[in-house]
Amino acid sequence: MRSRLALRAVALGYLAVLLILPIGLIFFRTFEDGLGPVWDALTNPDTIHALWLTILITLIAVPANTVFGIAAALMLVRQRFPGRSVLNAVIDLPFALSPVVVGLALILVYGRTGWLGGWLNANGIQVIFALPGMVLATIFVSLPFVVREVVPVLREIGTEQDEAAWTLGASPFATFWRVTLPAIRWGITYGVVLTTARALGEFGAVSVVSGKLAGRTETLTLRVENEFQRFDLVGAYTASVVLAVLALLVVLAMNVFRKETDGDRGAARQQAVR
Amino acid sequence: MPLAAVAWRSTEGGADGFWRAISSPAAVSSLKLTFVCSLIVVAINAVTGTLIAWVLVRDSFRGKAIVNSLIDLPFALPTIVAGLTLLALYGPKGPIGINVAYTRAAIVLALLFVTLPFVVRSVQPVLLELDRDMEEAAASLGAGGLSIFRRIVLPNLMPAILSGVALAFARSIGEFGSVILISGNIPFQTEVASVHIFSQIESDDVTGAAAVSVLLLVISFVSLLAIDTFRRWGSKHEK
Repeated sequence: MRSRLALRAVALGYLAVLLILPIGLIFFRTFEDGLGPVWDALTNPDTIHALWLTILITLIAVPANTVFGIAAALMLVRQRFPGRSVLNAVIDLPFALSPVVVGLALILVYGRTGWLGGWLNANGIQVIFALPGMVLATIFVSLPFVVREVVPVLREIGTEQDEAAWTLGASPFATFWRVTLPAIRWGITYGVVLTTARALGEFGAVSVVSGKLAGRTETLTLRVENEFQRFDLVGAYTASVVLAVLALLVVLAMNVFRKETDGDRGAARQQAVR
Repeated sequence: MPLAAVAWRSTEGGADGFWRAISSPAAVSSLKLTFVCSLIVVAINAVTGTLIAWVLVRDSFRGKAIVNSLIDLPFALPTIVAGLTLLALYGPKGPIGINVAYTRAAIVLALLFVTLPFVVRSVQPVLLELDRDMEEAAASLGAGGLSIFRRIVLPNLMPAILSGVALAFARSIGEFGSVILISGNIPFQTEVASVHIFSQIESDDVTGAAAVSVLLLVISFVSLLAIDTFRRWGSKHEK
């Protein structure tokens, strides 16, 4: 019993020192001088613009990755084609790759001297140091989540129900819409939550391709860094707190949906969990 | 395709140019630093992650559900915010008088923060599934708590621990956002590989940046392969 308490104390102590104290302190520091400066920082046009930009990028990246994720998961589980195992490995790559490398890769393709850069430039489309590049970077880094959550569910449910619908005369679209989709909905939802978290918080890749122009290509995470470098601590802390609150909401959502997915597929989840 | 462009660009200066870029003193020192810090971090993670998973599964106390969900916070929190929070507590103006800012310890601290969930989340489900029969049998045969853990629990958890460790390692090698504020990015001292690539991009040495990137790319790929191997090993164990 004593050793159990000791283990508990060590584990909780470690979490407190590493996690809870720093995050608690940032909230404290933000509101230390009262609400006035926080409100000023929050209503600063650049902060509002950064917030909108972050939300806009997330609103483009998340649906794109959701559609792609479902399609890719269906392909990976239900079809055999050459290069399937390669696709399987490549999808995980953004997860393990440094965001800076992702940014660099995008510059090399879409930048001024990149593979497609010349053509894009001639047609007046600017990708790097503009919104399209930031959206691409965000899509890239948040690519794996929906796929990775949907694949185990698809494996688990098998194809019997689809085949039954098929023999009863349902079209492929109706089969997908009324049989497959409802079965994988919690997997998708959980994947979407993870994708959203990553998209809201992406820093490295976006930082490389954005150019960081305040009021133009500055997202909320970039604003945290810029304000800090400008020694405007209240501004940096305020932007951080906004992001931290969003993160807490995500964690809350993760908990709710994890319970749902557990109910849906129980043991399958256990093996799929990373 | 973007990744192919990186590989292609890195060879622009020929094999010679590639070699020069990755063997430049700044590149070598940043790669070495990244490697050593990541190794330290995953070693600590292997122990603390297993410990936390153990406490979350086998222990029960009030507020356990909250602690359990807090584990995911480093994943959801933007890395730049993580860096700033750590700097606020363990930086020059920290309230407790510990200042690790701009040192290598700061890098380790930041990496520990962002990689916290990986080992915990990979060990936890395995520990939940683990049959207690074997442990009870061992206990009835007179084995002590420590030897039960070492001889029975640990071997069962090993694949999960290793796959969590590989994930944490891959993440540490490429980490950027959380490190950039707290490490100070002093070349030859606290400049990690991603920051090195970033500063090369800023100074327009794209070929050099691409060369170091290819190296990181290879490391990420190897880590992914390792994770896959450990997972397969783990599922074989269960059957």
